Amino acid sequence: MTPDHLLIADALLPARNQMALSLGAHIILACFGVAMPAMLFVLHRMGANGDAAALELAKRWSKISGVLFAIGAVSGTILAFEMGLLWPGLMEQYGDVVGLAFTLEGISFFVEAIFLGMYVYSWGRLPAKAHQLLLLPMIISGMSGTFFIMSVNSWMNAPTGFDIVNGQIVNINPWAAIFNEAVFLQYLHMLLAAYMVAAFTMVSVYSVGWLRGRRDRLHRLGILVPLAFAAIATPIQPIVGHFAGQAIADRQPIKLAAIEGLPVTESEVPIILGGYYDGNEVVGGIEVPIPGLASFLAQNSFDAEVIGLNDVPVEDQPPVNVVRFSFQIMVGIGSGLALLVTYVGYRWFRHRDTFLDNPWMLRAFTLTGVASIIAMETGWITTEVGRQPWVVHGILRTEDAVTDGNWVWFTLIGLIIVYLGMFAAGFGVLRSMSKRWAAGETDLESPYGPGRIHELVS
Amino acid sequence: MSAADAVAAVMFAAVTLYAVSAGADFGTGLWDLLAGGPKKGAPMRRLIDKALGPVWEANHVWLIFVIVLLWSGFPRPFATIMRELAIPFWFVGLGIVLRGSGFAFRKFAPTLQAARLAGIVFAGSSFVTPFFLGTIAGAIASGRVGTGVEDEVIWLSPTSILGGILATATCAFLAAVFLTEEADRSGDVELAEELRLKAFITAAVTGMVALFGTVPLRDDAPTLFDGLTSRGAPEIILSTVAGLATLHFLRRRQLRTARIAAVIAVAAIVLGWGFGQYPWILVDSVTIEEGAGHPATLTALLVAAGLAALIVTPALVMLYRLADTNRLSH
Repeated sequence: MTPDHLLIADALLPARNQMALSLGAHIILACFGVAMPAMLFVLHRMGANGDAAALELAKRWSKISGVLFAIGAVSGTILAFEMGLLWPGLMEQYGDVVGLAFTLEGISFFVEAIFLGMYVYSWGRLPAKAHQLLLLPMIISGMSGTFFIMSVNSWMNAPTGFDIVNGQIVNINPWAAIFNEAVFLQYLHMLLAAYMVAAFTMVSVYSVGWLRGRRDRLHRLGILVPLAFAAIATPIQPIVGHFAGQAIADRQPIKLAAIEGLPVTESEVPIILGGYYDGNEVVGGIEVPIPGLASFLAQNSFDAEVIGLNDVPVEDQPPVNVVRFSFQIMVGIGSGLALLVTYVGYRWFRHRDTFLDNPWMLRAFTLTGVASIIAMETGWITTEVGRQPWVVHGILRTEDAVTDGNWVWFTLIGLIIVYLGMFAAGFGVLRSMSKRWAAGETDLESPYGPGRIHELVS
Repeated sequence: MSAADAVAAVMFAAVTLYAVSAGADFGTGLWDLLAGGPKKGAPMRRLIDKALGPVWEANHVWLIFVIVLLWSGFPRPFATIMRELAIPFWFVGLGIVLRGSGFAFRKFAPTLQAARLAGIVFAGSSFVTPFFLGTIAGAIASGRVGTGVEDEVIWLSPTSILGGILATATCAFLAAVFLTEEADRSGDVELAEELRLKAFITAAVTGMVALFGTVPLRDDAPTLFDGLTSRGAPEIILSTVAGLATLHFLRRRQLRTARIAAVIAVAAIVLGWGFGQYPWILVDSVTIEEGAGHPATLTALLVAAGLAALIVTPALVMLYRLADTNRLSH
């Protein structure tokens, strides 16, 4: 294979990786856009009722949200471009099927951007009672935006709202496409994930501060308020995930077969943890000693039949190991987090006075942010790679949707460099903000600001 | 008016709003670059931070709206545009990422060095991005997209280059007028006068580019030229008048009125392009009717646009009023 051939004939591999990278990066930022307003609302309300530490924390978090929202907005724009640049074959055929959902998502994002602009810049200029109300449209638009974007993704898993007659796409009903049968569970799953990621990340950051000795009310609130959100979302998530998995068993049985590493259709299918699928079976894994557990989870019966990979030809099967590993990592982390919040609940009701005095719990907290992000990313890998080789399940193959552009390797490498730079710089900026707060600064004036102008020499 | 025409009209209204609002934001890049060393340039950069901070993200969303309406309402022309104009779109994407993150990071940069680096990234990408957007517009308007032109880079044709220069100049002009008013309002007379001069110069340059730019259009983009001199002529005349009015109001230091005149001048020229290329969505290749998606989607998009007008307009007015009355700042 010559390099020339690589560049021109095979845009599929770099295009898929570029999409994965763009989505994987953006989704983390999107979580904060969706979930921060609700946490801010709680803090701001406490602040409006006289809690100075809560108000200061809300002020800080609004600044953090401003930075995260900015890079979220621009990375979201890249995704919009990529829908056409990388997948013109998808958009030219189905752009008008899923377009309404994207348009409504655009409106949601518009509302969020407008109110964020007002909220972040209204400190000291609006009374607290009025100021906090600016968060409500953001909470709602975050939820509606998540719904519409998940609607498009769930449509790719459960395409509906059109007919194909003689190769032509006809009878389009964009509303039916939005309310496809997969949307509800996928939406709930992602909404909960967004709240978990944002909440656990804030818990992590403030737990580190707590363990380093910054044991003031501000840090206490920085742990407890997001922890309350996480403690509600985390136990619900496995239940939603379970029903989403059962829906997959009916709708995308090959995706489920890849998750299980199940080569042929069988009944009484066990669950095998770990191991490696060698093309015929999973080797080296540990079988859970409950016979037919996978059958039960998928079909509510221990001896139910589960469809295997060989139900379809090899070229219609997804890469099994990526899907399996990702799924098991997601479930593993989700279970761990559920155990942790169970303990949190116990401790809150039994030892509230000394709630934060358990260093092991705090150490566990410091890991929850990264853990929840990994769980969300592996969840996305499970569903996206599990749908391959289809971009629209059963209807349009990814290789038929991809661009024939000869630039995809270049843009992939470019994107890697730019996003590494952007995330590193963003991380650096947030870290420096945190250090300046710890050092007692409040306004975080820019180096060009009037109060720092004496620092400038020329 | 057919449903396809109506969706195209909504889309073009969004293009115009993007050009006017985000155009002013992008245009600040040039003045930020030229503001001088850290101390000398501090007032200008502070002004730009303050002016853009609350509004740039909302202004940016118009572009996303345009892209989404294009693929929803006109999926096949959208795919053609993205296939044939991928390279300038990637530059636009790069510019947008660098502009947004550069701007957000500069505000909270801990040190002067970090702020300068973020500032150069923000200002440089702000300056470059409209150029590539302009080349995209030029390629479509000149009848090179979807028409099988193969012996040239279609986004580097004379019309594209004109589009790029005109977009860049227009942004700088809008930004200068907006910032003059902003500086005046914040009481910095010296900076306001400096910006007023910049506004004069860029108004003259932009006017010249627009005026003499039409000369190559006659041969390079005949369909657009015919449209601009017939259906689009009222908008072009309006733009000229509004441009001259901007100069007049700038001279008399009626800065708020000058700002309105500048907005009209730019909006009119963008609308002139739209009327000029009607009924084509891709000039000389696909008409609005031919390129339109399914009727049910077009109807739904119009419903969504109505919804957007009801929800977004009051919110946007509120944002601008808060920003305008100096109640928002930081």
